[in-house]
Amino acid sequence: MVIAALILIPMLSGSLAFFLADDRARRGLLVAVALAHFGLVGLVWRGWGAASTALAEASGAWLAIDATGLIFLSIVSTLFLAVSAYGVGYLARERRSAHVDVVEHLYFRNEPEAVFTGCLLLFLGSMTLVTVSQHFGLLWVGIEATTLASAPLIYFHRQHRSLEATWKYLLICSVGIALALMGNFLLAVATPGGSEDSGGLVLGNLTRGARSLDAPWLKGAFLFFLVGYGTKMGLAPLHTWLPDAHSESPSMASALLSGALLNCAFLGILRAYQVCLAAGQAAFCQDLLIGFGLFSMLMAAVFVLNQSDYKRMLAYSSVEHMGILALGVGLGSSGAFGSALHAVNHSLTKASLFLTAGNILGAYATKSIGDVKGVLRVLPASGVLWVAGMFSITGSPPFGMFLSEFTILKAGFDAGRGVVAAAYLGLLGIIFVGMSSLVLGMAQGEPAEPMAPRREKVWSILPPAALLLLSLAFGVYLPPTLRDALAEMSRSLGGR
Amino acid sequence: MSLLSDLARLIAELILIFVVLTDLILLGSSRLTSTIRLSAWQGMALGFLPLMVSRAGFGPTTLRLVTLGAVLFAMKGFLFPRLLLRALRTAEVRHEIRPIVGFQASILAGIAIVAASFWMGGRLPLPRPAPTPLALPMALSTILIGLFAITTRANALNQVVGYLVMENGIFIFGVALAQEEPFIVEMGVLLDVFVAVFVMGIAIFHIGREFDHIEVDQLSSLKD
Repeated sequence: MVIAALILIPMLSGSLAFFLADDRARRGLLVAVALAHFGLVGLVWRGWGAASTALAEASGAWLAIDATGLIFLSIVSTLFLAVSAYGVGYLARERRSAHVDVVEHLYFRNEPEAVFTGCLLLFLGSMTLVTVSQHFGLLWVGIEATTLASAPLIYFHRQHRSLEATWKYLLICSVGIALALMGNFLLAVATPGGSEDSGGLVLGNLTRGARSLDAPWLKGAFLFFLVGYGTKMGLAPLHTWLPDAHSESPSMASALLSGALLNCAFLGILRAYQVCLAAGQAAFCQDLLIGFGLFSMLMAAVFVLNQSDYKRMLAYSSVEHMGILALGVGLGSSGAFGSALHAVNHSLTKASLFLTAGNILGAYATKSIGDVKGVLRVLPASGVLWVAGMFSITGSPPFGMFLSEFTILKAGFDAGRGVVAAAYLGLLGIIFVGMSSLVLGMAQGEPAEPMAPRREKVWSILPPAALLLLSLAFGVYLPPTLRDALAEMSRSLGGR
Repeated sequence: MSLLSDLARLIAELILIFVVLTDLILLGSSRLTSTIRLSAWQGMALGFLPLMVSRAGFGPTTLRLVTLGAVLFAMKGFLFPRLLLRALRTAEVRHEIRPIVGFQASILAGIAIVAASFWMGGRLPLPRPAPTPLALPMALSTILIGLFAITTRANALNQVVGYLVMENGIFIFGVALAQEEPFIVEMGVLLDVFVAVFVMGIAIFHIGREFDHIEVDQLSSLKD
């Protein structure tokens, strides 16, 4: 019941938003749906207990909420609420008539706001579908739907560059996800007697009968899932579309793409991993996850160091953190718990940073790191958020990411993979140096042309501040309910 | 009964051969209307595949199987080509001008892909017997040729056609080797592919209007 409402409310109101002519009504609808969704997720948490995951798995239902799904669902819902609160002000600020592009100096118009809001809501609905799907086919349908609903979001500012980014995103991710469909079919081939007899490609059924799965075909299926959903998750070297899409979309969309959507793709990989784990093929998958994870961190380190565009910097940082997530799961034991916690913290912090980047872009009208100076002076609140967010995203204490990154490091040593752990630590260090020098350079100093300090609007500060504070709070105190759910998720991923 | 199932298997094999032949012709055509039409022919032929596979003695022939085939026939044979041809009209382009790999070289590469797929298909141990020994190699060829077209064509429309060809290959694999997915999931997949083609068509329309061409390899302002 709740699950149906969680999916249908955003989907139906999204379709409605396309036809709502009144801007205020549409923005009201956006916030109302975000609140309703958030409230429903709260209800799910209230009824949550230790046996919930086992129940979800045993039922063999296509739609059910287990610990992993609930964590990711909560991330999606929290971020969406923050983004829609930010969005009301953001959309009111946007001009309707043709205006000049800050990079190419050409005139452009915005996409109709109705299309943008409608797609935003459909995007929420499809991400929800991904998090509650227990059936591999349905999961695939959901993930492809997120791509299609989010592509128009990137093209909100109808500029040449955003169009280029939209095209790359659409094509590369669709092809990637098509490979994951192949993964579904390979999984069906691996099922003895055909998927029909054993209750279809439902996670619970597959893990129960995992020992009788055909090992070579199962490994093949995992490879296709990893490459397919890995493309969408932004694991290097499949990440080429990501910096473009996340930097060219409007900041409120960037926040959702980086914070919520990448996790959804990761969930696709995790589901396949759960099956392999039950079938006793964990070692094969772990090596792959560690390899992709470290390579993603390496690519991110290389491209963050000499970055000249601050939204691209954030996008490469997402590639880094997706690498960390894969690495943590690959290391197993406490690494799985680290990854679960890291997914939560990364999403909160990254969304906060992208929303703050939107404030900076609005004031300075440039995305070039070199042209932005003195944020702390011109935008006092955003400046503080920008610097604090940087410390959080690079894993400084007392933010939650310090805790999760440290847990993963420790898991590396515990697993006897000293080289991996050392490489991980080294790359984290390089990225810390790279990002902190870029961000501090923007925050301090004087703007090239004198700019008076601005009074910042509440809508532009409160949402990113709330997200960042939440991540700070999780670094200091992890509520028992959340800790239990994270532990439950980590157990389902073979961790402790 | 046995005669009928042999006939069904023969037709299934003919469909598969037809699909791979259209793959190869597609690699050699520069006219965008021809590549779109070829993908339409391919889609129509594939609409009959589920029925033939089941009549050949693999799985029951059910109403939903026939419906699936009919929906596939209508969408891939008529709806998708219409969407693409409309995008083509607004973009006012006729030919693929500069593919990254030339047309003749592409055909040769396609033949190499088919040969490699037969070699690979013969070595993969299937847990269950396939309806025809052609199924696995033909599915692999079509997937790989689709991928090849996506990566070596500069024209946005041909990239979408490549995506459709790849999707057709995956469909062949699914129908012939994996047992069918539940009906609602199949429909979800088709709906997604439909929306994908629809959204890509809109994107091509915008690219044509903004850049006066749809050669996407020239969209290269974003890089590090």
